[in-house]
Amino acid sequence: MKPAPFVHHAPTTVAEAVEVLRAVGSHGKILAGGQSLIPILSMRLASPEHLIDINGVAGLDRIEVRDDCVRVGALVRHTQLLQDESAYAALPLLRQALVHVAHPAIRNRGTTVGSLAHADAAGELPSVLALTEGVVEAVGPRGSRDIPASAFFVGPLETALAADELAVAVRFGRFPEGTRTGFAESARRSGDYALAGVALAITLQDKVIRSARASFVSVTDVPDVLDLSGAIGSYAAVPDLDAVADAVRAHVSPDTDIHATGDYRRMLVAELTRRLVTELLSR
Amino acid sequence: MTTRQFGQPIKRKEDPRLVTGGGRFLDDLGHTAYAAAFVRSPHAHARILDIDVTGALDVPGLIGIWTHEDLPGKVGEPLPLLIPHPSLTAPVTGYCLAPDEVNHVGEAVVMVVAVDRYAAEDACGLVRVDYDVLPPVVGLENARAATDLVHDSAPGNVAAHLVQEVGDVDIAMAAAPNRLTLDLQIERSMCSPMEGKGVYAVWDADDEHLRLWSSTQTTTGVRAAVAAKLDLPLAKVDCIAPDVGGGFGVKIVHPWPEEVLVPWTARLLGHDVKWTEDRREHFVSSAHERGQLQQVEVGFDDDGHVLALDVRLWHDNGAYTPYGIIVPIITSTQLLGPYKPGSYRCEFWSLYTNTVLVTPYRGAGRPQGVYAMERTMDAIAAELGLDRAEVRSRNFILPEEMPYDHGLLFQDGRPLKYDSGDFPASLAKLKALVGWDEFAAYKEQAASEGRRVGLGIGCYVEGTGVGPYEGGHIVIETSGRVNVATGLTTQGQGHQTVFAQIVADELGVPIENVFVTTGDTRRMGYAVGTFASRAAVMSGNAIALAARQVKAKALRIAAEALEVSPEDLEIVGGMVRVKGAPGTSMALGTVAVMSNPLRYAFDEAARAATQFAGGNDPDKPPVAAGEEPGLEGKDFYSPTQATFANGMHAAIVETDPVTAEIRILRYCVVHDCGPMINPMIVEGQVHGGVAQGVGGALYERMVYDESGQLLNASFMDFLMPYASEVPFIETDHLETPSPLNPLGIKGAGEAGCIPVSAVIASAIEDAEGFPIRSMPISPTELWELRQRHTEPVAAQGEPS
Ligand SMILES: Cc1cc2nc3c(=O)[nH]c(=O)nc-3n(C[C@H](O)[C@H](O)[C@H](O)COP(=O)(O)OP(=O)(O)OC[C@H]3O[C@@H](n4cnc5c(N)ncnc54)[C@H](O)[C@@H]3O)c2cc1C
Repeated sequence: MKPAPFVHHAPTTVAEAVEVLRAVGSHGKILAGGQSLIPILSMRLASPEHLIDINGVAGLDRIEVRDDCVRVGALVRHTQLLQDESAYAALPLLRQALVHVAHPAIRNRGTTVGSLAHADAAGELPSVLALTEGVVEAVGPRGSRDIPASAFFVGPLETALAADELAVAVRFGRFPEGTRTGFAESARRSGDYALAGVALAITLQDKVIRSARASFVSVTDVPDVLDLSGAIGSYAAVPDLDAVADAVRAHVSPDTDIHATGDYRRMLVAELTRRLVTELLSR
Repeated sequence: MTTRQFGQPIKRKEDPRLVTGGGRFLDDLGHTAYAAAFVRSPHAHARILDIDVTGALDVPGLIGIWTHEDLPGKVGEPLPLLIPHPSLTAPVTGYCLAPDEVNHVGEAVVMVVAVDRYAAEDACGLVRVDYDVLPPVVGLENARAATDLVHDSAPGNVAAHLVQEVGDVDIAMAAAPNRLTLDLQIERSMCSPMEGKGVYAVWDADDEHLRLWSSTQTTTGVRAAVAAKLDLPLAKVDCIAPDVGGGFGVKIVHPWPEEVLVPWTARLLGHDVKWTEDRREHFVSSAHERGQLQQVEVGFDDDGHVLALDVRLWHDNGAYTPYGIIVPIITSTQLLGPYKPGSYRCEFWSLYTNTVLVTPYRGAGRPQGVYAMERTMDAIAAELGLDRAEVRSRNFILPEEMPYDHGLLFQDGRPLKYDSGDFPASLAKLKALVGWDEFAAYKEQAASEGRRVGLGIGCYVEGTGVGPYEGGHIVIETSGRVNVATGLTTQGQGHQTVFAQIVADELGVPIENVFVTTGDTRRMGYAVGTFASRAAVMSGNAIALAARQVKAKALRIAAEALEVSPEDLEIVGGMVRVKGAPGTSMALGTVAVMSNPLRYAFDEAARAATQFAGGNDPDKPPVAAGEEPGLEGKDFYSPTQATFANGMHAAIVETDPVTAEIRILRYCVVHDCGPMINPMIVEGQVHGGVAQGVGGALYERMVYDESGQLLNASFMDFLMPYASEVPFIETDHLETPSPLNPLGIKGAGEAGCIPVSAVIASAIEDAEGFPIRSMPISPTELWELRQRHTEPVAAQGEPS
C-alpha cells in the first residue's frame, strides 16, 4: 500500500497553485487534508503524476461569518469549523452535521472544502451545502467563478469543478429567522459513513410552519433538496409525520450494499426524518 | 514481610515503554533492509498459464523477482502440515509461491525484492500473470454440494470427517419425550491484530548464520521450520519475536510463505530483507475463522434434562489445512460447556473452499460450539416454558462430580476431563450481577414505554493450558538482577508483569529486579508457543519450578557460607537471611558471586569470588560435585492434560422497534480461571475478549461474493467495533483452583470472546420473541427477520 511515484508541488499562493494547475492539467490532483486522497493513492486506485499540495497556501484557513452566509476557506479543517462559536451561532447546522463526520483524528486533518470537492454521497457536508443553497468559489486558469450547490454535484464523486480548478472557499447560506435545523444519521459504527442521514430545516412563524426542507446522506445519488412544506402541514403542533415519511420514501433511491439493503435504508431515512421533525418542533 | 505479588492488581511493567513510543515492532527494525512485496492472485480459483516479468525489470531499485520455478529444493515444496490427524484424509497445504494453480484471492504468486517497498510495489504492478479461471467454490453450501472441487485430491471437498460419540445417541433420542432440531449458522471473522505479520532476516555470510525476526506467536516453531526449509543446522538459526502488536491466533500458523522466502532471499542476496504485511494483504492472505453450518438435534425430558444431543457441523477450512482440524475438533468437544448430556454424538465435515485459509482465532472453535449449545438450551427452555437459567442449571456438572470425564478426545489428543469448577456458584453470581430475577419487571416497564429489551445468557468451559510443555530459565546476576526467560512469545498479554510476579514471590526478590524475556530462541531454545490460553499455565508454572530450583541452590550456597542449615534460611527483599535472626544475612547478588568461582576479577563484586580471596576449602573442588557454576535454574512444565476454565455471560440489549438498531445496554461477565496472578490483567483480557466477541456478534463478517472476491477487505468495510461500540463490562470472579499444576491456575486469554455471539443472540431473541439462528446479525437483517415473522405470507420458516 504505497502510492505510485508522483511529483509533489507546494505552492504558497493561490496564483502559484493555479499556475501549477494550468501546467499539469488533468495529470494533477489537489491535496488538502489527504484523508480521502491518500488512501486512494496508497491503494493505487488513482496514480496522478502530480500532487498540488495546497497546505502551504496562505490565506485559505479562514472562517468568515457574513450576513447571508458562512464562508469557509479551503484549508479550514473540520475540527476548526466544528469548534467555531460564531459559525455555530450563525448556522448551527454546520456543527450539527460535523459531529457526525468521522473521528477527531480525521477531522483534525480533513478539510470541509475537500469533503465537498470529494463529493461522496455518503459524506455529511454535501447535504449541508445543498440544504443551505451554498456556493463553491472556484479559481482556475480561466479565472474565478461561483458554482451554486444545485449545479456543483454532478454525480457520485463527481463535481462541476474542472480538473485544473481549485475550490478556494465555500459559502454556506444562512437560514431566515425562525428556522430550526437538525441533522440525524445512523451508521453501523459511530463515526462511520452513514447508512442514511438527513439534514432538516424548518422555518416557523409563530406556531405556523412556513417551510420545511430536507437533504439526505447516502440515499440519493447527489444531495438534492426535498421540499416537505406541503407534506408536513401548517401547524407545528400537529405535523403530518406519515406524509413526511411517505414523501421521503418516495424521494430517495438508496442502493443495497454489504452493510444494508436499499429497502432498509429507505425505511431508515424516513424514520430518521420523522424523528427529527418531532425533535425540532418540540424544541 | 513483603506482600505477596501473586494476586496483586499491579500495573503492567511493560506499559510505560509501550505507551511512550518505546515499543520495537517488526517494522521498526532493519531500516537498511531491502523490501519484499508480492504479486497475489486476483482470482479465487485459477490455473496459472504464464508469468511475464519483463515489464517490471526496468523499475529503478528493483533487486530481484522470483516465481515458483525459481525456488530450489525444499523452498519449492509444499508448506508443512503442522498438525496431522488420522481423520484429515485429504490434507492440502499451499506453497511459498503458487506453482500452477491458485486457490484463493490473495495467494502469493510472485515475489519481488527492491530497495524499498515503493519500488517493490511498482514492480509488482508491472508483472503480468495470465490465468485460466476455474469455477470457484465459495461458501459452505457450495462446498457441501461439491458441484465443483477446490482440490481434485479432496473428493466432495472434504478435508476431514470425524465422529465422536459417547453413549448411544440413537437409542436415547428415540426414547426422549421431547425432541427439537435447530439449523444454525455462524459467519467468518478474523483476528485483525493491530500489527500485521512481518519478517526481517539478516544473513551473516561469514558465520553462515541466519538471524530472523518475525511477528509471530512461536519463534521456536518458525526457527525449526525455516531451518528445515533452508537446510540449515538449527544451531545456525536464531528467531526472535520483537514487540508484537497482537496475534489472536493468526500468528501461530507457521511458517507463512514470507517467513521462508524472506530469509531465503536474504541468504541468496547477502543482504537484509524485510517484509511488512499491509492491511489489505492481511485481509486476503493470512487467515480467517468461525464459519460453520450446524445442525443440532436434541432429546430432553419434561424437566429440560438433555438425554441425547446429536450435532452435525460443516466447517469451512478455506483453501488449505496447514493447521489441521484443530478448530472443528475444539468446536465438537467444547460445545458441551458446563453440561452433561445423557449421550452425545458430534459428526463434522471440514470442507475446502476457495477462500483464505481458516486457522484458530481467539476462542478457536469454541464460540461456534458454545453458540450451538446455548441456542439449544434456549430452545429447550422456550419449548418447555421454563426459565432459561433453570434449564441450564439442571444440566450442569456439579462440583462434586469433578474431575468429570466426558469420554471424548480433546484437541491435545488427550481425554476431555474437566479438573474443577463450580458452575452453580458461577450462575448464582451471574444472576445476582445482572439482576436476572428482576428482569421481567424491567422488561414490562420498558414495553410500557414502547421500548424493546431482552436478556441473554451464555455459559462456556474452556480447555486452557494445553501441552506439550514450556520452560523457564532464570539467572541471578551478581548485581541481584534476576533474568527470566521463557520461550513462548508475547503479543501484549502482560507476560513481563505476571511472570515477574511469580518469580518475585518464589525467590523473595523485589519485582523491580525481575526482567522477563520471551520468544527469543537465543535465550530459550525449547518452547511451543502462545495459543490456547496457555502462557500463564505453561510458562507460569515452568518459571515457578525454575525459580524453586534457583532458590534451593541459593539457600545451599548461603547455608554453607553462613554455617547454618538451608532449612533455617529464607529470602526476603533479595536478602538471604536466617529465619528469626534477620541480622545474619547476605544479598542474593553475593550468593551469585559465590556460586561462580572466578580466576579473574572484572569488578569489585567479582573480587570476592577469585581464587586468592580466601574462604575456599583446598580439599574441595571449587564447583562442588553435582553443582554447576552460576546462580541459575531451568525447568520445564509438562502437564498430563489441559486445565479447564469457565465463565458465564449475560447481556441486556435494546432493539429499536422501528429501525431494528441493536444496542447493548449491559454486559456482565462471571469468570473463573482459578487463582488470578494479576486480577487487573485478567480483567483486561476479559474486556478485550468481549470486545472481539461483540465484533463477531454484531459487526464483523467476511463478505465474499460468488466469485470469491472479499468485498470488505479494509477497515472501512470490515466493521471491527470501535471503543464506542463496546459496552461497559461488569465483571465478577470465582477462583476455583486447578489441582493439576503447582500454581493452581487456569488460562484466561481467550475467555472473553467465547460466548458473546451466543449471549447476544439469546438477548435479541428474548427482545424480539422469535428465534435467532444466524450470527452475526445487523440491523438490516433483524429488520428483515421481523418482516418474515410478522408477515405470514412471506414466512418461509426459520432462516438458516
Ligand atoms: C476513516 C475515515 C472516516 C471518514 N469518515 C467520514 C464521514 O463519516 N463523513 C465524511 O463526510 N467524511 C469522512 N471521511 C472523509 C473526510 O471527511 C475527508 O477529510 C474529506 O472527505 C476530504 O477532505 P480532505 O481535506 O482530507 O481532502 P483530500 O483527501 O486531500 O482530497 C479529497 C479530494 O478532493 C480534492 N480536493 C481537496 N481539496 C480541494 C480543493 N480545495 N479544491 C479542489 N479539489 C480539492 C482532492 O483533489 C481529492 O480528489 C473519513 C475519512 C477517513 C479516513
